[in-house]
Amino acid sequence: MTHPEEGATGPDQNDPEVRRGQEERLRKVWAAPAGWRYLSSVNNTEVGLWYVGTAMIFMLFAGVLALGMRIQLAVPENDFLSADLYSQFFTMHGTVMMFLFAIPIFESLSLILLPQLLGSRELPFPRVTAFAFWCFFVGGVFVCGSIFFGAGPKGGWFMYPPLTTQERFTPGYGPDIWLLGLSFIEIAALVAAVELIVGTLKCRAPGMRLNLMPLYAWYVLVVAGMILFAFPPLIAGDILFELERLFDWPFFDPSRGGDPILWQHLFWIFGHPEVYVIFLPAIALLAMIVPTFARRPIVGYSWVVLAAVGTGFISFGLWVHHMYTTGLPAISLGFFNAASEVVAIPTGVQIFVFLATCLAGRVIYSVPMLFAAGALAIFVIGGLTGVMVAMVPFDWQAHDSYFVVAHLHYVLIGGMLFPVVAGIHYYWPMIFGKKLSARAGWYAFWPMFIGFNIAFFPMHFSGLMGMPRRVWTYPEEMGVALPNLISTIGAFIFAAGFLIFVLDAVRPRKDQPYEKRNPWDAGTLEWLAEMPGEAWGVRSVPIIETRYPLWQQPNFIEDVSAGRFYLPDAEEGRRETIITSVLAAKPECVVRVPGPSHVPLVAAVLSGLVFIFATFHWWLLTGATAVAAGAVIIFWLWRGTAEIPEKPEKDVGLGLTLPLYRSGPASVGWWAMFITMFGDLTAFLSFLFGYYYFFTLHADFPPPGTEGPGLFWPSVAAGVFVVTWAVAELSKRSNRSGRVAAARLLMGLAAAGALAAAGTLLWGPYATRLDPVAHVYPATVWVIVIWVALHAAIGCVMLLYCLARSLAGRMTPDHDKDLSNVTLYWHFIGLQALLAVATVSLFPLAV
Amino acid sequence: MILPPKVLLPRLRVVAALLVSAMAAACSGEYSTLDPAGLEADRVAILFWVMLAGAVAIWIFVIVLCRSVVVRVPGENAERQARRLILWGGAVFPGVVVTVLVVFGVGMMPDLRRPADGPTIAVSGERFWWRIAYDVEGGPGVVRNLPAGGVSSANEIWLPVGRRTEILLSSPDVIHSFWIPAIAGKMDAIPGRVTRLVVEPTRTGVFAGACAEYCGDTHAQMRLRAVVVPEEEYAAHVAAQAEPAAVTEGKGPELFLRSGCGACHTVRGTPADGRVGPDLTHVGGRSTLAAAILPMSVETLADFIRSPAHLKPGVEMPAFGMLPEEEIEIIAEWLGSLE
Repeated sequence: MTHPEEGATGPDQNDPEVRRGQEERLRKVWAAPAGWRYLSSVNNTEVGLWYVGTAMIFMLFAGVLALGMRIQLAVPENDFLSADLYSQFFTMHGTVMMFLFAIPIFESLSLILLPQLLGSRELPFPRVTAFAFWCFFVGGVFVCGSIFFGAGPKGGWFMYPPLTTQERFTPGYGPDIWLLGLSFIEIAALVAAVELIVGTLKCRAPGMRLNLMPLYAWYVLVVAGMILFAFPPLIAGDILFELERLFDWPFFDPSRGGDPILWQHLFWIFGHPEVYVIFLPAIALLAMIVPTFARRPIVGYSWVVLAAVGTGFISFGLWVHHMYTTGLPAISLGFFNAASEVVAIPTGVQIFVFLATCLAGRVIYSVPMLFAAGALAIFVIGGLTGVMVAMVPFDWQAHDSYFVVAHLHYVLIGGMLFPVVAGIHYYWPMIFGKKLSARAGWYAFWPMFIGFNIAFFPMHFSGLMGMPRRVWTYPEEMGVALPNLISTIGAFIFAAGFLIFVLDAVRPRKDQPYEKRNPWDAGTLEWLAEMPGEAWGVRSVPIIETRYPLWQQPNFIEDVSAGRFYLPDAEEGRRETIITSVLAAKPECVVRVPGPSHVPLVAAVLSGLVFIFATFHWWLLTGATAVAAGAVIIFWLWRGTAEIPEKPEKDVGLGLTLPLYRSGPASVGWWAMFITMFGDLTAFLSFLFGYYYFFTLHADFPPPGTEGPGLFWPSVAAGVFVVTWAVAELSKRSNRSGRVAAARLLMGLAAAGALAAAGTLLWGPYATRLDPVAHVYPATVWVIVIWVALHAAIGCVMLLYCLARSLAGRMTPDHDKDLSNVTLYWHFIGLQALLAVATVSLFPLAV
Repeated sequence: MILPPKVLLPRLRVVAALLVSAMAAACSGEYSTLDPAGLEADRVAILFWVMLAGAVAIWIFVIVLCRSVVVRVPGENAERQARRLILWGGAVFPGVVVTVLVVFGVGMMPDLRRPADGPTIAVSGERFWWRIAYDVEGGPGVVRNLPAGGVSSANEIWLPVGRRTEILLSSPDVIHSFWIPAIAGKMDAIPGRVTRLVVEPTRTGVFAGACAEYCGDTHAQMRLRAVVVPEEEYAAHVAAQAEPAAVTEGKGPELFLRSGCGACHTVRGTPADGRVGPDLTHVGGRSTLAAAILPMSVETLADFIRSPAHLKPGVEMPAFGMLPEEEIEIIAEWLGSLE
C-alpha cells in the first residue's frame, strides 16, 4: 500500500500557504464563466445540471399531457380533447417521457456523478458533453414545440408504418418532426454514451481496478454499451423511414416489395433494450443509496455486476415479445417466450442483493430509502405483470390493451421515477451542499405512492375488460367507466405529490445552512465533495484500494483535501485529469481537457437547423447549414483537439511523472473513435439485416427482371477501398517513423483513393439503372452503397484534415493522434466496404 | 409496524371480499376477457387467475421480507444468511417459477393453435371498419393477399359454436388488430401479409370486439360484433347473406344510386357495386352501424348519412347533409329495410 506521505518529493502539502496557493490556482482554472459567458461553460457539473433540469422540464410537460388524457378518459364519450389532439397527446407523452426524459436523465445524472464517483476531475470530452446537451435542447424544444401548432406527430411513440409513412394516412409534417427531431436527439444520446464509456474506462482514479469501481459506474458501462448497440438500429430504421417519406423509397410499402414488419423489428431491437436502459440506471442509484443507509458495503457485489451485464445481453434477445400478435411462427414465439422469462432471474438477483444488504446491515430511515421502498413495492408488481405478458397466450389477450399500459407504468415509474426521486434527494447535498426537506419528501411520497396505485392498478382490469390502448374515448357499455374515473382521480393525486417534490426542489433555501461534509456518512468517493461544492471536483486525485474508500481507507478525506495525492495543483493554468489503463487503472498520462467555449453551442444549433430545415424540405437552407455546421466542427477540432503540449511530461505529485501526450490506445480519443465506430458498424449491420430480411421474405430477391449492381464495378470499388485502407495505414507508419514527406504524400493519395472508392461503388447501381422508387430491392442496394460511399467521403475529409495538420505543424511524428484515429476509422470503413460488396454483388450470385 | 393477527385477519378478510367483488364486476361485460366464451379465452383466463394468485403471493412475500430485513438487527451470521438470500431468493426461486410457467404456458399453445375444422372467413381491417367474407377458400401456406370471393358482409362476424373457424386477416391500408376478447386473443391485420387466427367459440351469444392496433384518429370507433350461433343457424345466415338485397326497386334505391352512394357501396341486386366502403346488401339485418358504434335504426342511418364525421370523427365517408332531408330519410328507410 502506498500511503500518500511516502515518497512525496513535491511541495509540502502540510504547509497551509502552499495549499492556499494551489487552491487559488485550481479554483481559477475550474471556475464557471460568469454572466452571458455562462452558456459557454462545458464543465460536467454545469452542463450536467442544465441537462437534468431540461430533462425534468420535459418530464413535467409530458406529465401535463398525461393529465389531459386522463381528463378526457374520466367519463365515457367525453369531448375534452378531440381525437386528433388526443392522438398528438399520447404520442408526445410517450415520446417525450422516453427520449427526452428517461434516457437523458440517466445520461445527465451520470455526467454529474461519474467524475465524482471515479475520483476524476472531469470527463474526457467536456465540449462534446456540451454539444450533446445543446443538441438535446434544440431537438427537444423543436419536437415538443410542434404540438402547440397542432402539428405534433400522432402515430404513437413507435410510429408503425404504413400509418405514418404514407401521406394519405398521416398528412403533414408530424412524422418528419418525430423522425428528424428524434434522430438528432438519438445522435446526441449516442455521443453522450461514448463519453460515458470512455470516461468509465479511462478516467478512473489510479488503483481503482474494474472490480473496485462503484456499482453505479458498472451500470453506466452496461447501459452506455446498450445505448451504443441499441440506438443504431433505430437510427437505421429512421433513415429508411425518412427515405420513404421524402423520396418514396418503398421500404415499408408492401405494394412494391416492402414490409411494415421490418420497422417493427428495427424499432423493437432498439425498444426492448431501451426498457433496460431506463431501468438499470435506477437500480444503479439504489445500489449507491442502499449500502449508505444499511451502513455497510453491498452484499454480493459480483452478483450485481453479473446480473447487470447479463440483463444487458439478454435484453437484446427479447424484442419479439412486442410482436407476439403479428402472426410469427409458433417456434419463434416459444423461443422468445422462454427468453423473455429468463430476464426475471437477473432482475430477481438485483432486487435480492438490496434485501440481503439490508438484512446484513442496520437500516436507518431516510427519504431516499422511503422512495426506494416505494420503488420496490411498485416495481415488483410491474415485474410480475411482466412475467405474465411475456407468456405468449396471455399476451394475445393483454397486448395493446390497458393491461399493458398498467404494466409499463408500474415498470417505469416503480423502476425509474421513484428511484430517480430517491437519487435526487440523495445527491442534492452533493451538488448544492444542502439537503432537500425530509418532511416535504415524506409529504411528497405518500400522495405519489398512493395516487400512483389508484391511477394505474385499475388499468389492469380496464384492459382485461376489453379496453384497447390509444383510444381517445370508450363507450359506456364497455363497462370500464368506473375504473377509468378512479384512474383519473389517482393521476391527480399522484401529480399533486410530484408537485410537492418539485416545489421543495425549486424553493429558495438561502437561510438553510450548508451540510457537513459527507452528510449521509456514505462510503463512496463522490462524498469527498466539499460543502459548498468546489468546481475542481476532487482536491487531489486519490489512490484507490477499496470499494468504499471513505469507510475503508484511513484518513482518506483529509489526505485528499490536503492535496496529498496526485495533481494537487494547476501550475500551468490548465484543466487536467489523469488517464489510467482500462483494467488495472494504472496511470498512463495526464489529459488536458478544454475549458469554456461557445463552439459546442454554435455547432449544436447549426446541426439542429440542418434537421429542422430538412423537416420542412427547405433543401437550400439545409445544404447551407450543413456546410456551416461542418465548418464549425472542423474549426472546433483544429483549435481544440490534439494539441501539442509545451513540455512532454509533468510531475503529478507523489514522485510520479506522466506524459502529457499519448496517441493510440492510451489516448481517450482513440477509444472514443473505436467505440463510436462500433455504434456506426451496428447501424450498417442493420441495413444489411434489412437486405437479408427482404431476401428471406421474397421468393425472388432480387426480383426477376432486375439486374443488380453487377459484379464489375463493385469489385473494382472493393479493390480501391482495400488499397486506400492500406495506404492510410502506411501513411500512419511512415509518419511515426519520421518519414514526414512520404506520409504526407500517402495521406494525399489515400484521400484521392477514398473519393475514387466512393465513386466506383456508386457507379455500379447507377450503371445498371437501379431505380430505388420501383421496388424495395434497388432501394436497399442504394442505401447500403450510399452509406459506405458517404463514409468514404467523410474519410477523405479526415485524411485531408490530417494532411493540413501535418503541413501546419500541428501533427508530428511524435504527436500523431489525428492520423492514428483516422486510420482506426478506416479499419472500420474497409470492413464495411467489403461486407457491402459481398452482400450486394456476391451474395446474389451464390444463391 | 406489523399488526397482531387478531386485528390483521379480519381486516384482510374485508380487503379480500372487496377485491373479489371488484373482480367479479370485472368478469362481466360484453368486451371482457374474463367472461370467456371461447376455448382460447377460457384457457387464458385460467392462466391469468393462476398467475394472479402466484403474483399476489410473491408480492406479499417480498414486501413482508423487505419489512423484516429492514427491522431486523443483524446477528453474527448475517453476512452468510444474506448471501444465501441472494442465491435462493434472487436466483433459484425466480428460476424455478419461470421454468414452471414457461413449460405450462408454451405447453398450452399447440392445443390453442390446432388447425381449423370449420369454415374459413376472410376479414380485412380497413380504415375504420371490418370487411368480412364468409366461405372463402382457405388453403395452406403463406399468401400475401386475402382470397377473393366469398359472401361479403361487414362489421358483424357470425361464428358457429363448437367449431374451429379459421379467420384470415389482412389490410389494404394500415395495420389493424382483430380482437374479440371473450372468444380469443388478438391477431394483427397487416398490409401485404395474411395472418391466421383460429377461434373456437364455446357458447352462443353476441360478443363485442375492437381494433387493438392504433390505426388513426378513429381507432377508438373501429369496433365489431361477433354473433355466435349453432352451426345450422350459421349456415342459414351465410346463405341469407349470399342472397341479393330484399328490396331493389323503388324510390330508395333510385335516390341511393342518384346520390352516388354506389361508387363506394355495394347493394347486390342493384347496379351499386362500389368496393370502397362496406357492403350494404343486408345492412338493415345487422344489429349495429358504423363499425359497431351505433345501434341500427332508420334514425341512426339517417344521422350517419347526414354527417358521419360528427358521429365518427375521422371517418372516410363524406357527409351527405346537402341532400334534401326527405331524400335522406327515404334512403335511410330503404337501407333499414335491407335485412
